[in-house]
Amino acid sequence: MKAMKALNRKLLRDLYHLRGQALAVGLVIACGIATFVMSFSTMESLRHTQASYYATYRFAHVFAQLKRAPEGLAPRLAAIPGVGQLQTRVVADVTVDVAGFAEPVTGRLISLPEPNTANLNDLYLRHGRLVEPGRDDEAVVSEAFAVAHDLRPGDTVRVVINGRQQRLRLVGVVLSPEYVMQIRAGDFLPDTKRFGVFWMDREALASAFNMEGAFNDVSLTLTRSASEAEVIDRLDQWLRPYGGVGAFGRGDQMSNRYVTDEIRQLRAMGLIVPGIFLAVAVFLFNVVLSRQVSTQREQIAALKAFGYSKREIAWHYLKLVLVIAVFGVVCGASVGAWMGRDLTEMYTTFYRFPKFTFQLDPGVVLSAFLLTCAAAVVGGLGAVRRASRLPPAEAMRPEPPAVYHRTVVERLGLGGLLSPAMRMILRNLERRPGKAATSILGIALAASVLVLGSFVVDAMNYLIAFQFEKSQRYDMTVAFVEPASAQAEYELRRLPGVMQCEPFRTLPTRIRSGNRSRRVAIMGLPRDGELQRLLDAQERRTPIPPQGLLLSEKLAELLDVGLGDTVTVEVLEGRQPVHEAVVTGLAADFAGTNAYMDLDALHRLMQEGDTLSGAFLTVDANRSKDLYATLKNTPRVASVSLKRATLQSFRETIAENLLRMTTFNVAFASVIAFGVVYNSARISLSERSRELATLRVIGFTRAEISAILLGELAVLTLAAIPGGLLIGYGFAAFTTLGLDTEMYRIPLVVDRATFGFAAVVVLAAALFSALMVRRRLDHLDLIAVLKTKE
Amino acid sequence: MPELANLSNAQHSAETVNGRAVFEARGITKTYGMGEVEVHALRGVDLELYEGELVVLLGPSGSGKSTLLNILGGLDAPTTGDVHYLDHDLTQYDDDALTRYRREHVGFVFQFYNLIPSLTARENVALVTDIAEHPMRPEEALELVGLGERLDHFPAQLSGGEQQRVAIARAIAKRPDVLLCDEPTGALDAKTGILVLEAIERVNQELGTTTAVITHNAVIAQMADRVISLSDGRIAHTDINAVKAAARDLAW
Repeated sequence: MKAMKALNRKLLRDLYHLRGQALAVGLVIACGIATFVMSFSTMESLRHTQASYYATYRFAHVFAQLKRAPEGLAPRLAAIPGVGQLQTRVVADVTVDVAGFAEPVTGRLISLPEPNTANLNDLYLRHGRLVEPGRDDEAVVSEAFAVAHDLRPGDTVRVVINGRQQRLRLVGVVLSPEYVMQIRAGDFLPDTKRFGVFWMDREALASAFNMEGAFNDVSLTLTRSASEAEVIDRLDQWLRPYGGVGAFGRGDQMSNRYVTDEIRQLRAMGLIVPGIFLAVAVFLFNVVLSRQVSTQREQIAALKAFGYSKREIAWHYLKLVLVIAVFGVVCGASVGAWMGRDLTEMYTTFYRFPKFTFQLDPGVVLSAFLLTCAAAVVGGLGAVRRASRLPPAEAMRPEPPAVYHRTVVERLGLGGLLSPAMRMILRNLERRPGKAATSILGIALAASVLVLGSFVVDAMNYLIAFQFEKSQRYDMTVAFVEPASAQAEYELRRLPGVMQCEPFRTLPTRIRSGNRSRRVAIMGLPRDGELQRLLDAQERRTPIPPQGLLLSEKLAELLDVGLGDTVTVEVLEGRQPVHEAVVTGLAADFAGTNAYMDLDALHRLMQEGDTLSGAFLTVDANRSKDLYATLKNTPRVASVSLKRATLQSFRETIAENLLRMTTFNVAFASVIAFGVVYNSARISLSERSRELATLRVIGFTRAEISAILLGELAVLTLAAIPGGLLIGYGFAAFTTLGLDTEMYRIPLVVDRATFGFAAVVVLAAALFSALMVRRRLDHLDLIAVLKTKE
Repeated sequence: MPELANLSNAQHSAETVNGRAVFEARGITKTYGMGEVEVHALRGVDLELYEGELVVLLGPSGSGKSTLLNILGGLDAPTTGDVHYLDHDLTQYDDDALTRYRREHVGFVFQFYNLIPSLTARENVALVTDIAEHPMRPEEALELVGLGERLDHFPAQLSGGEQQRVAIARAIAKRPDVLLCDEPTGALDAKTGILVLEAIERVNQELGTTTAVITHNAVIAQMADRVISLSDGRIAHTDINAVKAAARDLAW
């Protein structure tokens, strides 16, 4: 619009003049928008990829495992109302020996369906070919495992099938929608080196496991109108006589739950972090524009005298903040797209999709743009309104002299203690407490975002110490194919290198309370056990109650039960008895949803002897090789998991993901800290320059006037830090709530060092700002400042 | 030194001399709060301004002359009384209508120039020509005040007198019907002040713009067609200059 050219030029020059502050605000916005765009674009990419993969490769809706049922049952199951397509399989867990890898590996063998039909959980062939029908020595392998061990078509692995060693030639590398996240049942973290999935010819697998004409695994899709719960109930009724251990839907499918949780966390991250950054931006917009409007009071009056309307003036000042906002959005969206691509890249290493690429979602960018503009308008509104309402004749008159009072300190008779400089600082602060308060709030926000950005590291360290050191005191867990007798425990103790051995018994159950229920494996632990300790939130040992159930706090919350409440325990094993149990204890943990019982009480419940599902072991590190070799050749052993490996996996997946975010956040928070403090300093400088120049003319030295201005900044900064640390703790609490999922929780732990770090960064930002302002103060043009009318 | 003729019926005589009245103010008062003090700026003023004349509003500071000018210019509204500009009743106007009135009819010159420091001389003038109906080109307006050579200087690169002449160029570039100048030489030394007055004189004569100049400097009154003296919020007396002095002949 040609008519506004001169005013637009003023806008650009004003922006150039404000470039330092504009840049600071723009960067704060950019940080928030980068996180927003990264989180939501990655989330959308992940969601679309997941949905289209599930649809194209017919990921089942309901899954069930059982002991053994004749194939003749399948048509009856398929006839359950609400079942769309149903498929039976033979599935078996075995130990796998990979050449050059000493530790035992768990392999899941899954039967391949008839080729050329629209199979459920269909495979995507990445390399090589599928197994030729009838070949019992061929298999295809999951990509995650192939990558972890650098396996290629043509390589072989050895598996122990029913006590017999067998070589399997890998002919292809595949992906399955069931193993987007390849995780072993019962684990809460993926370990692609020690858990692999293999698909074999069904005949070969059936004959090896005595499953000819039978199946032990069912998956099915639901029709559009079907109720998942009803289908699961009917399926469980049918499968109970055949050793069914309870069907479950996608919500309880490990791989799916992981991906879905990741999507939820991306959403939480995409809302919380940008929310905080934009709130800070709103605050900064307000500060910058208010100052701009009060400096340009007379310019506004002149413009109005020439006939510029209220709306034109308002729009002019609004454009100032909008330009900054748009700058922030453009930078933020670009960085966000880059970060999203980076995050997606990382995801592709542990989420296995046929194709997973980052798509910058235009809708997300548009939302970011609208959100930021809204923030700019909200932040600028007060000042814009003041500018447009400014009565021109009044703006022409000099402002009435500001009313100052003696400060509280002086009224208390302590004025004598104050130097004139200190007195000026305090009177200035007290004259406009609202302004001082907003500056303090701004600096406090900077400190708080630093706490928010860095507390995740503390939380991770705490979690690792809590879970992997204080709670789990064993080196490895051995799980048997089936619950074994006390003799098995005796044999484990005699294995080479085993120092301590404590049995455990896991019982697959569904725990119900009212209409809430969760599939949980109750773990029976010896009452005086040392290797797996249960702790409360204060890290105090929680003894296992002799009767009743001990629940993890998360599970209690999900079931909405507390101490003393009764829950229904449906055992999904053997005769599948149903019991009532009282919740007699709660324990803190950060992964999964767990329930524990006294081992003897569990035996009594199941009316069984000293049965065990596996054991926790501590081992002599020097003899671990022998131990691994022995375990690999023990047919009864279904899986061996090493705590060290789990910890490593934890560090590589969750911790790495969160720490990456943390790095971004700390960098961003430092930007905020500097932006806010620098802004406060610049604004006090421009407000005080007349006064300070006058002092210089009277004979004050540069150092003395610096002391007045920078002293004020110091008072504000010191007043802001404690509150900022507190707000930061609040933000951290808010974030842990947002990231709280069934898979894992982040404890609310903020180390003193983190508070210290936040305080130091804010102080450094203040010092740096002070130096920049001091430089300007030294070049204060005394004549220019004094000759113009304020 | 030209003589001042003191006329008791000044308004009537001026009408016969200068034609129709552009402004008519009746019984205007203005009271406003200033800090913790209430100020009675105008205590009942009646006046007319006639087409094409150059009027000087003379008075000491606090006499109410700036308030009067602001009210005539539609920057402020009187507490009581009526103000008419031709057939516009300014006291009935809301903010939007006053804005339109200023945009279409009034040119302002302020004591402290009120230039936009981030815009060059040319751009400061363009600020007004951008929103005017039939403006002159900014360059033309600046040439009229003798600043054709300093178009691209920023206010900080201009002397006070030059800045004030930019302000005059900015005020007249839209060819306003009235030019209102509030102490245009107040911040300037005599020599530069006269350059500024010459510019105002030239605008009044060449463009025929009705011009009102506020000043506390009695010397400036010699260049006016009429001199209205204010004191303590009232018009003390009105004088017609039988012979106007040229601005360049003034000295103080």
